[in-house]
Amino acid sequence: MTLVTKKILAIASAGGHWHQLMALRPAFATGKVHYATTLRGLPEQFGLTSASLIPDCNRSTPFRAALCTFILAGLILWHRPNVIVSTGALPGVIGLALGKFLGAETIWIDSVANAEELSSSGRLAKRFAKLCLSQWEMPARKSGAAYAGSVL
Amino acid sequence: MIFVTTGTQLPFPALVDAVAAMANKLDERIIAQVGPDKTYRPDIDSFDHLDPDRYEAFFARARLVVAHAGIGTVLSAIKHQKPLVIMPRRFELGEHRNDHQNATARELEGRQGIYVARTEREIASYLLRNDLVPPNQGSSPKSAQLIGYLQKYIESAA
Repeated sequence: MTLVTKKILAIASAGGHWHQLMALRPAFATGKVHYATTLRGLPEQFGLTSASLIPDCNRSTPFRAALCTFILAGLILWHRPNVIVSTGALPGVIGLALGKFLGAETIWIDSVANAEELSSSGRLAKRFAKLCLSQWEMPARKSGAAYAGSVL
Repeated sequence: MIFVTTGTQLPFPALVDAVAAMANKLDERIIAQVGPDKTYRPDIDSFDHLDPDRYEAFFARARLVVAHAGIGTVLSAIKHQKPLVIMPRRFELGEHRNDHQNATARELEGRQGIYVARTEREIASYLLRNDLVPPNQGSSPKSAQLIGYLQKYIESAA
């Protein structure tokens, strides 16, 4: 078997979502990773050179969500990732939905901030993620997501 | 220096006011990132938003960080090895869209280096202590488990 380097697109909004993605970076070490986040300067802060800026959006910003979808679709078509992974929030859900449609492996890691139930983005992401992880056992049990540890 | 951070999305005046009220009892600079909060507080240096560079720089220089119970802040405190006092935002006071920070605070309570304050008075008492220790660094067993699981999953993915 030949070991092919996986192309990974890792998406996280700025803030806690991004910090969790950074904490999980060792998991992507064997792949070629392109990062997407919502705040200028953030990838550089963590020494990442392969990264793109995407518009932040949430449920109350439909226009930005559409723009974000458009830009993520471009990124996915350009980079052709084998795996798309996100720690949240809505931009990550959009990335996973597009990824599922375009045949990529999709992974959602729900924010560790959600200790009691899956986040609202997580509930949405569950439809598109082949692997949906909660970082707490209780929300995993309640939602049917998997549990495999946490960043804390 | 004490660094106060409330995240960028929502104001958290209860927390910032609690620290500002202690300014005259503390002989050190207080720098605060307060989000969309226009209150003028003469005793502290406040910024509504900090770009990542400056945020990291203030974090690195702080003796103590006082913050909302946001996960980004908790992970930064572990990374920079800073004692962290967190006050959860409460839904019933309109401080957040739901009560998840309370759940986070409950889960983190009692961990080394993370001090949970639920009242202004508790914030004040933590500010006056000089025996606060930084959080445990390095990979926790749970984080090693998650990273290992993801790594295997990605390697075996088609």
